[in-house]
Amino acid sequence: MGLTLTWLSVIILIPLAGLFLKTFDLSLEQFWGIVTSRRTLNALKISFGLSFAAACVNLVMGMIVVWALVRYKFPGRRLFDAIVDIPFALPTAVAGVALTQLFAQKGWLGAPLAELGIKVAFTPIGIFIAMVFIGIPFVVRTVQPVLQDLDVEIEEAAASLGAGRWHTVFRVILPSLVPALLTGFALAFARAVGEYGSVIFIAGNLPNVSEIAPLLIVIRLSEFRYADATAIAVVMLMASFLIIFAVNRLQRWAQTRMPAQ
Amino acid sequence: MSEQALSHQPRDDVHTEPGAIRFVIVALAVLFLLVFVVLPLVVVFASAFSRGISAYFTALGQPEALAAIKLTLLIAAISVSLNLVFGVIAAWAIAKFDFAGKTFLISLIDLPFSVSPVISGLVFVLLFGAQGFFGPWLQAHDVRILFAVPGIALATIFVTFPFVARALIPLMQEQGTQEEEAAISLGASGLQTFFRVTLPNIKWGLLYGVLLCNARAMGEFGAVSVVSGHIRGETNTMPLLVEILYNEYQFVASFAIASLLAMLALITLLAKTILERRLDERQVPSDH
Repeated sequence: MGLTLTWLSVIILIPLAGLFLKTFDLSLEQFWGIVTSRRTLNALKISFGLSFAAACVNLVMGMIVVWALVRYKFPGRRLFDAIVDIPFALPTAVAGVALTQLFAQKGWLGAPLAELGIKVAFTPIGIFIAMVFIGIPFVVRTVQPVLQDLDVEIEEAAASLGAGRWHTVFRVILPSLVPALLTGFALAFARAVGEYGSVIFIAGNLPNVSEIAPLLIVIRLSEFRYADATAIAVVMLMASFLIIFAVNRLQRWAQTRMPAQ
Repeated sequence: MSEQALSHQPRDDVHTEPGAIRFVIVALAVLFLLVFVVLPLVVVFASAFSRGISAYFTALGQPEALAAIKLTLLIAAISVSLNLVFGVIAAWAIAKFDFAGKTFLISLIDLPFSVSPVISGLVFVLLFGAQGFFGPWLQAHDVRILFAVPGIALATIFVTFPFVARALIPLMQEQGTQEEEAAISLGASGLQTFFRVTLPNIKWGLLYGVLLCNARAMGEFGAVSVVSGHIRGETNTMPLLVEILYNEYQFVASFAIASLLAMLALITLLAKTILERRLDERQVPSDH
């Protein structure tokens, strides 16, 4: 017991406390100056904005994937079910170089897209694509078990009461998936905000245009501007704490709303 | 019997959508997974073998590559074994005992999952770097943590800590304490109880946690990148070498290393799927 706490403190608590202590080296004005400088603000905007967009795509596509996997039978269903976990399992650096190669000007997908005049690699679109890649398992894996456990009798009841199929899906099934969908969305969003490895290769990393916040931390560190790096990290950390807090509240809300499950 | 089977697999129009819509949804799902998930994986192997098999193996035989593979194995061995021990203890404490601050402990365990890997690396730079809290002391005593193996190991332990504990907590909670209490009351010592009763009960869950922990330990990039210092042949793990070679336009070499990591990921997934099936069977005994 005591051993666990000691180990956890040494490995997790002390390092994180160190992060916050470091920010106290800065005056409030200095801190504010770093956080609101143009480059930092832009990096935060890019990270949070694109993560939000990617999480939205994950929400919709994740729902479609879950629906297909749970409700329909098609050849290779079990294989595709396993495939969903690849973004979890593939090391981020590998995903990063693979996506870059795929969407580069001469890549398998990059070349046809370039003919259409769409440049993906080394632009914000590339960042967005990488974030969609790493976020998809979060939505699928949180929604899938809920849809699986959903009682078919509710649908039967709705149908026998005269509801059409569309009505049943959108008024009966989807609402009970909302907490899981929101949780998956938040998890995908949080992951995309902090993501580094799979994004930096495809990003182009142009300051103010395609530079994500985690990369800016790394750049500040390599310039030995530790205080700057720490200030950005603290902002990001607070944001992810807020997201995790929201997720926990969501889950508690879902549990009280559906005690039957 | 047959009626029951029917009611479990309802396939009339009340329960499903028209064929055309079904087709569109399945096609969308499959297409999305193929483009976003499968294609990147295929690219890794296609690029690795783009100059033929001999070029692939030459790339893997480079001293730099061998050093990176060795370092990655070393780091994984250190961090997985430490997290194994402490993960089991943490899960044991949380699942079998009630104490003040339990919720806090659980959120502490989850923390590394919700922190950007870059920040996980950063905290160790702030502690052990030249301007860090312990930096001057470490320099005076000539101890190298940052830009050396201990720093990489620490950062890896930090990001991989949750896996073992997370896999075990629900399993141990479900099993309760009855079997342990029975063993103790029959005169078994604490350690005997653990090794003879608890461990056999959790072995698949434990393997599951270790598997995921190992995959992440070998593949971690962001946190390790910040603390490693990128010293060639010394502090480059496999993911870091992938980056360096890629940035030097040595694509075959970069993707050769990447293909090893991708294979690790595929093997992990396969083993994970098998284990999940086993765990499911244990939890829901099939009725005959």
